[in-house]
Amino acid sequence: MAKNEIKYLTAIKQEKRAKKYCRFKKMGIHYIDYKDADFLKKFLNEQGKLLPRRLSGNSLKYQRKVSAAVKKARQMAILPYVTDLLK
Amino acid sequence: MQNYELMVIFTPVLSDDDFKAAQKKYAALVTDNGGEIVHNNPWGLKSLAYPIAKKTTGIYWVMEYKAPTNFNEKLKTQLLRDEAVMRHMFTVLDKYAVEYNAKKRSGVSSVTEKAEA
Repeated sequence: MAKNEIKYLTAIKQEKRAKKYCRFKKMGIHYIDYKDADFLKKFLNEQGKLLPRRLSGNSLKYQRKVSAAVKKARQMAILPYVTDLLK
Repeated sequence: MQNYELMVIFTPVLSDDDFKAAQKKYAALVTDNGGEIVHNNPWGLKSLAYPIAKKTTGIYWVMEYKAPTNFNEKLKTQLLRDEAVMRHMFTVLDKYAVEYNAKKRSGVSSVTEKAEA
């Protein structure tokens, strides 16, 4: 038994990360509007690039809809293709 | 009869009555060919996210309409021929999109706000 090993009475509870969920399934949203820039900005990082699914937490179906909407918004100059400090 | 949404960016130098005339022209084109305008929504002068044709602002116009499937080609040739039009985009609206637009117009608290969670 190492002398300095500290024995706790109860095990240290590791902080359990909140379970990610797809906000579209949870909220029942079916259509992502490409004209709604500030909602789409939630799925872009600082440089205006699309966030991957593991960060945005979207399911595959809605991640594709988001990416299609963002690409349409970029085409119509609502969102920039590349920028710095988008937020 | 499909639901479509047309978004057009006009050059900023377009005067206001030219802008209205252009809207009327394209709206008339839709109704002549058996289409039907659901909603006409001019946004007016807005700054672009990146310069198009050396201009940093543009006049946005969004029109939602119903039209037979072979109609969009005619509209596209007109839009391409028009110099005042910098860029245009057609979007096919499925039933969720139509419902979303109707709800947004009627001022119901927008669905996306609910998704703030």
